[in-house]
Amino acid sequence: MPLLKDGRLVEDPWVPLADEDPVPKDGPVLVSLARWQAEREILRVRPAPVGVRLASDDSAEALADDLADVALVAVDFPAFADGRGYSTARLLRERYGFTGELRAVGNILRDQYLFLARCGFDAFEVSDARAPEAWRAAMAEFHNFYQPAADGYASIIALRHRRVAAAE
Amino acid sequence: MITQVVTANRLVDGIVVFLAADGGWSERFDLAAVSRSEEASRRLLGIAEQAEADRVVVAPYLIDVREEDGAVRPVRFREHIRAFGPPVHPQFARPGAGA
Amino acid sequence: MYRYDEFDRTFVDQRVAQFRDQVRRRLEGELSEDEFRPLRLMNGLYLQLHAYMLRVAVPYGTLSAAQMRKLAHIARRYDRGYGHFTTRQNIQYNWPKLSETPDLLDELAEVEMHAIQTSGNCIRNVTADQFAGVAADEIEDPRIYAEIIRQWSSLHPEFSFLPRKFKVAVTGATRDRAAVKVHDIGLFIRRNAAGEVGFEVVVGGGQGRTPMIAKTVRSFVEKRHLLSYLEAIMRVYNQFGRRDNKFKARIKILVHEIGIEEFTRRVEAEWAEIRDGVLDLPADEVARIHAYFAPPAYEPEGEAAATLARQRLSDPAFNAWVRSNAVAHKQPGYAIANISLKPEGGVPGDATAEQMDAVADLAEQYSFSEIRVTHEQNLVLPDVRQDALYELWQALDAQGLATPNLNLVTDIIACPGLDYCSLANARSIPIAQRLSRRFADLKRQHDIGELRIKISGCINACGHHHVGHIGILGVDRKGEEYYQITLGGSADEDAAIGKIIGPAFSSAEVVDALEAIVETYLRVRREGERFIDTYGRVGAEPFKEVLYAAA
Repeated sequence: MPLLKDGRLVEDPWVPLADEDPVPKDGPVLVSLARWQAEREILRVRPAPVGVRLASDDSAEALADDLADVALVAVDFPAFADGRGYSTARLLRERYGFTGELRAVGNILRDQYLFLARCGFDAFEVSDARAPEAWRAAMAEFHNFYQPAADGYASIIALRHRRVAAAE
Repeated sequence: MITQVVTANRLVDGIVVFLAADGGWSERFDLAAVSRSEEASRRLLGIAEQAEADRVVVAPYLIDVREEDGAVRPVRFREHIRAFGPPVHPQFARPGAGA
Repeated sequence: MYRYDEFDRTFVDQRVAQFRDQVRRRLEGELSEDEFRPLRLMNGLYLQLHAYMLRVAVPYGTLSAAQMRKLAHIARRYDRGYGHFTTRQNIQYNWPKLSETPDLLDELAEVEMHAIQTSGNCIRNVTADQFAGVAADEIEDPRIYAEIIRQWSSLHPEFSFLPRKFKVAVTGATRDRAAVKVHDIGLFIRRNAAGEVGFEVVVGGGQGRTPMIAKTVRSFVEKRHLLSYLEAIMRVYNQFGRRDNKFKARIKILVHEIGIEEFTRRVEAEWAEIRDGVLDLPADEVARIHAYFAPPAYEPEGEAAATLARQRLSDPAFNAWVRSNAVAHKQPGYAIANISLKPEGGVPGDATAEQMDAVADLAEQYSFSEIRVTHEQNLVLPDVRQDALYELWQALDAQGLATPNLNLVTDIIACPGLDYCSLANARSIPIAQRLSRRFADLKRQHDIGELRIKISGCINACGHHHVGHIGILGVDRKGEEYYQITLGGSADEDAAIGKIIGPAFSSAEVVDALEAIVETYLRVRREGERFIDTYGRVGAEPFKEVLYAAA
């Protein structure tokens, strides 16, 4: 499935592995959390990057100590209404300092791009060729936000505070 | 025996409508096409689902009706209220209650 | 009251533009109904029994005269000339066209209003004590914090797809007029031993099919930690709230299933990670918002109280209205004037465009242009000089808005019920209408005293029946409307869930049954006891006897 990254459709170089698939010698692979936990000693010395796919009920904490060895975390949205992945993403970025690719996979709507991006996702599995256009529209919909989140935007409270400070 | 009509809400304004015999949608309950067989109900629902895909109506479904003194009436009270308007506001009573 | 700055204004304008695009995509076929539904719900637009319904947010129940006038205009221009004030202090329009809702929202934005998060599985409009800022028993104005929470929760990126809807209420007073303990999160403004003002945080209250009273997770949260503490609760809920069954998805079920101790442990652990960070509430932001809620320029008391006393003596009808509908104000010489939207035979909470305009005019003339909406579905003019009450009352009377029944037997909460609602099993409004006619005699109403009757047309309990002194729940029994009666509920600081008294009554029987309950109360009550006090003392038996003895 194509990948939306930085507003563009790109090839997905990652090979998803089912838990029983053999691990190829090289090339980036994406494994489940269970497989990662069972085989991490082998996977982390492989000469190619490893990504871990979290189910919606997997916790960010389960990966917290391993993030230095992981280049990609994919978070699954089994239904667009299942919002657990938003918390998972913020925890990975803000609490555990994950800087690799954070990918939203599964059932996501274009009207959720902004929320997902604010929580720290920077890649999206999409099926619609018009996704880049929708992405650009979504990113331009709001100039400012009330909440601090994982995207580093200053909240409106912070902006008000700065403005007052500048005036003084 | 089955006696049914198809109802839905019009997409653009949400108003309750009924699938009429001519394949169009009417606000009047008494103009609804009445099905008297499972096959006819399936056919009416098929027409309605196409109308939903064509963005004419939202969420069409079949309702049971009964014939009384020559007039067709919804069986369930809820559908009666939908067909004829909120009883609490007689000024919004809908036409088409029939005889 | 709060006024938007350019950030707020831009935000709401951009939200309307976003919704306009979503409506366009729906009408042009880019979005299916399944895709559009969550988007429209997050903007308060339902598809109801007869048509679309738009729920407009009235944050913490506070409106300006200009806003009320706009609501009247919207009722005329986009609807059928009336609106319905709800148990969450909002207003609903029952007949808007989908194609016109973006324009309607643009008009609302002109007066700093919106429909953001009035539905959907997100943090809903924050409610507050309707007497905020004017109550004599208040530590601090809860609207300051309700406004801060409104902003923080608006399009929250992490908490817009929660397991279920999420309701927050705030009060700053000793008396709980906001049903705080039946909210997902309730905030009581408290003063600690050191004299600092902060919040007691209660979690897991709610009504619906599993009514629960909220439990305290922390008895004192400092102001600056308000948002980080709320965010910690929300994160725990978002991660652990049940998503397998929508009937078990509210936070009350999570609290119930893991227990308040474990829930508190998780919240505190999460809070320990995020406190003292970017969510710290700066004192200058609190002060900025506080300033908007500063008291108006009250005039000296002068002869106000004496004039009022004289007018009350000379006009018994006026006296009756003052007695039930005017409430003590913190400012000498002023009163809180309650406008009942429960006239005899009326639809609880409904107001016509003409009535809304009239209330707007009267607010300008007599109440510093401010209006409140109560969760009991009434309106309030919070700042009326006592010597202006007589004129106000006459003007209200001319609009059919002077029914002197606040908190009395005919001041009934009722959800829209099967007249409007696609979820309802039975009608609510006609029961309220018949009760209000049966008990129309004012002398009798005043003799009965405080009695809160609350009617819901289905188990979702929008009509708060669980917390009515007498609750009425409509059920569908083989296609017939039946009504189950509960007794002993309460929505105030002594919150309690009512208990079912026995088998349900038919629509034809239910008003007689209610009257029998009231007569029983009058028979067994002791001097000074309200209905709820008598019920607390004697229990259900005397009422059961009179209702079911013949059977």
